[in-house]
Amino acid sequence: MKIVTTALAITLAGFTVSAQAQQITGAGATFPAPVYSKWGEAAKAATGIELNYQAIGSGGGQNQILNRTVDFGASDAPMDAAKLESGNLLQFPTVMGAVVVIVNIPGVDMNAMKLPGDLVADIYAGKVSKWNDPRIVEANHGLTLPSLAIAPVYRADGSGTTYVWTSYLSAVSPAWKSTTGAATSVKWPAGAGAKGNDGVAATVRNTKGAIGYVESAYATQNKLITTQLRNKAGHYVTPTPETFQAAASNANWKDAKNYAVDIIDQPGDKSWPIVSTTFIELPKDPKDTARSANVIKFFDWAYKNGSGIASSLDYIPLPEAVQSAVRSSWATEVKH
Amino acid sequence: MLVLLGAIIIELFIGGLPAFRKFGFGFLTSTDWDPVQEQYGAAVSIFGTVATAVLALLLSVPIAFGVAFYLTELAPQWLRRPVGTAIELLAAVPSIIFGMWGFFVIVPVMAQYIQPTVIDSIGELPVIGALFQGPPFGTGILTAALILAVMIIPFIAATMRDVFMAVPPVFKESAYGLGCTTWEVMRAIVIPYTRVSVMGGIMLGLGRALGETMAVTFVIGNTNRIATTLFGPGNTIASIVALEFPESEAGSLKLASLLALGFILFVISFIVLAISRMLLRPRLKG
Repeated sequence: MKIVTTALAITLAGFTVSAQAQQITGAGATFPAPVYSKWGEAAKAATGIELNYQAIGSGGGQNQILNRTVDFGASDAPMDAAKLESGNLLQFPTVMGAVVVIVNIPGVDMNAMKLPGDLVADIYAGKVSKWNDPRIVEANHGLTLPSLAIAPVYRADGSGTTYVWTSYLSAVSPAWKSTTGAATSVKWPAGAGAKGNDGVAATVRNTKGAIGYVESAYATQNKLITTQLRNKAGHYVTPTPETFQAAASNANWKDAKNYAVDIIDQPGDKSWPIVSTTFIELPKDPKDTARSANVIKFFDWAYKNGSGIASSLDYIPLPEAVQSAVRSSWATEVKH
Repeated sequence: MLVLLGAIIIELFIGGLPAFRKFGFGFLTSTDWDPVQEQYGAAVSIFGTVATAVLALLLSVPIAFGVAFYLTELAPQWLRRPVGTAIELLAAVPSIIFGMWGFFVIVPVMAQYIQPTVIDSIGELPVIGALFQGPPFGTGILTAALILAVMIIPFIAATMRDVFMAVPPVFKESAYGLGCTTWEVMRAIVIPYTRVSVMGGIMLGLGRALGETMAVTFVIGNTNRIATTLFGPGNTIASIVALEFPESEAGSLKLASLLALGFILFVISFIVLAISRMLLRPRLKG
């Protein structure tokens, strides 16, 4: 009897080992972490590949994949072309997502406030400091605005969300571009910082007169008061999956090198102005081709079957054409 | 142990060398922290680190002393153990818990009640009012110092209680015999006898306050400006390293600057230690 149990135990152990062989590891961006973890759960059941993803931040993800300590890296800001070259990495997009503006002003309801982009930039630059500033009043006829100090709240930790947000401010305001610029963390001219999306959301909720920015999924799930933004076409749009999709469909994927497409402030009547892509970096010369093949298998599965999950979390799935372009890159550029 | 410590310091110094080379002495005095232009300076975080730690000490030492005094001299015998245990338990609470408590409980209270009231009353006064102005974010130097104070009270109080208890009863009883009050015994017998260890306990607290990361990160406001008021947001060396490290690319000047900050924090801790030794030296001899 004892021998049988031992044999059984060994067989079971064998199974666990073979199951572990299917594990893939990735590290990087926090922005797509929710969708990667959902994909991971679903893909494990469907394909047997177990994803171990560590959301350590885009910069950290780039470092880790350059050092080859993980199977793939993930980052919100596209990696430098030169760095991709020297690190011998293939970069491809996975999903797109949007960043929304949240406010806490007494008497202002969901999506009631309208903000032009340059005004948002001036608010974050500290140039507009009261909610009843003539420029805000002008954009919001019919809204009673209190004489309340504006408290801009930003991400204190380096983050891809901040990269997307400051890219937007740079796109709509030349003054912002020349004085502050766009990066995962910048020298903020005004306001206070908070850690993470949750930190920004909680600080905005606690501070009367606060304005902040978070990922759209975060705002929807927590029912935060978002605002409308004026897009490039001059229309005010509300943050909804339709307006995100409208912006995404405008992206010019054909001319983008390494898929590093810029979809901030796109034209189009319905386009939400702050939409961005998040990327994966995969070694072209993997040490372990089996693991690399599993990474490809995982994202192939996610392209085919993950759209529903992505949409339910307020991300925007990639267009079919881009998916097939990425598939051919996998086939030709990554060593098997 | 010493080798390990030395290795860490050398590693930090070498890692930070590019930043020291690029900015020279200006790294210590510059208030810039601009990742886009690659301009980095340590002045704001050094200021924030020292300011929060010293404020925390100012707030916590009197309370910790009161607690230790109560526990050793005033409290009834049956109460001493449970209260003492509670204080020790407080020291075992992880700092992230203090951070979350600070962020979700203290910060809203500060933002909605304390800060607006203080800004409208004390903030109007001349001179001293300048310390209590600014928008009521709830976060800031004072909030961070408050949380730090709560965190280090148990350390200081526990040390003080232990050393107060170590005073030979014979000394105290002879003082009581001469007709001294409890407070006179405390001042004339217990404190002079335990001065060195009390300072040691305070320095232990200061050391923890200087290096505390998570709790401070939650409540300090994380802004790279030197706060001119107690309610102003700022940052500390530990908080900026924790926040910026994940987004620093290998080999970048930013990473070098963060490592240089770590080195500076080490140096500050050493200076604090050195000062405390110097303060204590004459008494150690005597």
